[in-house]
Amino acid sequence: MPWRLVKFALSKSHPEPRMFTRHDALKGVYDVVVIGAGGHGLAAAYYLARDHGISSIAVLEKGYLGGGNTGRNTTIIRSNYLTPEGVQFYDESLRLWRDLSQDFDLNLFYSTRGHFTLAHTDSAMRTMRWRAEVNKHFGVDSEAIDAKSVAAALPMMDLSCGGHGPPVLGALYHAPGAIARHDAVAWGYGRGADRRGVEIHQETEVTGIELEDRGSGPAVVGVQTSRGRIATRKVLCAVAGSTPRMLAMAGLRTPIYIHPLQAMVSEPLKPWLDPVIVSGSLHVYVSQSARGELVMGASLDPYELHSTRSTLDFAESLSAHMLELFPFLSDVKIVRQWAGMADMTPDFSPIMGKTPVKGFYLDSGWGTWGFKATPVCGKTMSHTVAKDEAHPLIRGFSLERFARYELTGEKGAASVGH
Amino acid sequence: MKILTCPINGPRPVSEFAYGGELREMPDPARATDAEWSDYVFNRNSVPGVKHEWWCHTPSGVWFIAERDTGSDAVLRTYLYTKNAGGGA
Repeated sequence: MPWRLVKFALSKSHPEPRMFTRHDALKGVYDVVVIGAGGHGLAAAYYLARDHGISSIAVLEKGYLGGGNTGRNTTIIRSNYLTPEGVQFYDESLRLWRDLSQDFDLNLFYSTRGHFTLAHTDSAMRTMRWRAEVNKHFGVDSEAIDAKSVAAALPMMDLSCGGHGPPVLGALYHAPGAIARHDAVAWGYGRGADRRGVEIHQETEVTGIELEDRGSGPAVVGVQTSRGRIATRKVLCAVAGSTPRMLAMAGLRTPIYIHPLQAMVSEPLKPWLDPVIVSGSLHVYVSQSARGELVMGASLDPYELHSTRSTLDFAESLSAHMLELFPFLSDVKIVRQWAGMADMTPDFSPIMGKTPVKGFYLDSGWGTWGFKATPVCGKTMSHTVAKDEAHPLIRGFSLERFARYELTGEKGAASVGH
Repeated sequence: MKILTCPINGPRPVSEFAYGGELREMPDPARATDAEWSDYVFNRNSVPGVKHEWWCHTPSGVWFIAERDTGSDAVLRTYLYTKNAGGGA
């Protein structure tokens, strides 16, 4: 790879192509339109082109590529979930993650760190043991450990939480837990899709979904955009916090509700924290990035809001809880804070697959847990769109599960109690 | 939104309030079909706009209605619940 750079030294022109082709105009017709150029939408476009031989695809993005929740999460990758559906699905994603840098020929800085979910109460310990057993059953490396083992692994942490809250009694330890560069994931999928003929159109907002009903129920026939109309029979909606607006255009009702989720980073520090630490009781999750910044998140904002504004309340309460675990950070400064719009569901599982509108496919309900699922969502949604049939791994996540009262409850595996 | 006006206690910091979700009509459980009931239990109208919402001033336990724009976070008005609150929303 470095040899490729030598030609830049010898050449006055710059032979390296840009990451993506810029297309001046939309075509009138595409086989598939993907709404949303985040990780999920671009991954689906990539696998549609690579594995299913469909390359007449437009990916439409209201803002810029990877500018939504793909670039706003805290980059944690894990598969230590609670339900059999969840564990199998996220574990397949973890397998895909490990090969992505090779697939893309792009360094994602995928870094396996180990992941501790701290338990502060007996009932939390019980959930950790439950998760560990379900995980092991499906071959996922997780174990419940006691406070002594936590102290040995994390000597820099105050297990008594400064006496402010219930002390750490143990943890769920998940060795494959990892972090990766989130922007690079979107760029990697985007470049891979672009090279296979997929058109990525940024600053192109969808303003309407055209439906037709010939007696057998509504079906997609086109999409109206800020840059003109497109005829298509297949639309994949992968827009996270904007999902309700798209669903209103398609005339669909879902349980999705939108709350902001905030995060922040500290100034860069020398490396001191290798694993990812999560405490449900303290509403904290934290890891140290390759740049040395502490990347921190907490629970959802407490009420519905369609905005990515930041609040002082959040920075204040998260900092207080961080100090309960790591009091030596009291002089460390916070340098950035931001928010994303999380599309939450009642059971903390996504809503994926076909909908009552023929040709309208949904990859949504990704709330606070979507980044880790990027590769497997691309794989399973491309299969679902190409074959018009839900991939076996996502059948537990269908929209109809609510009408049947068959929820896929994952709240016990959400990183912090929301 | 930093301050919310409780109809009983006046303007208070938003940290004193708990959000109770959108004001919605419950269908008659004895007569609703399974589909109507699951629609009521699970489905939500999450398109941004002005909504009539339940809020509670937690120190005093006062539940009331706020008309709030969920896009801009601006509160238009707050009042105690009556049967006609929300104008049939």
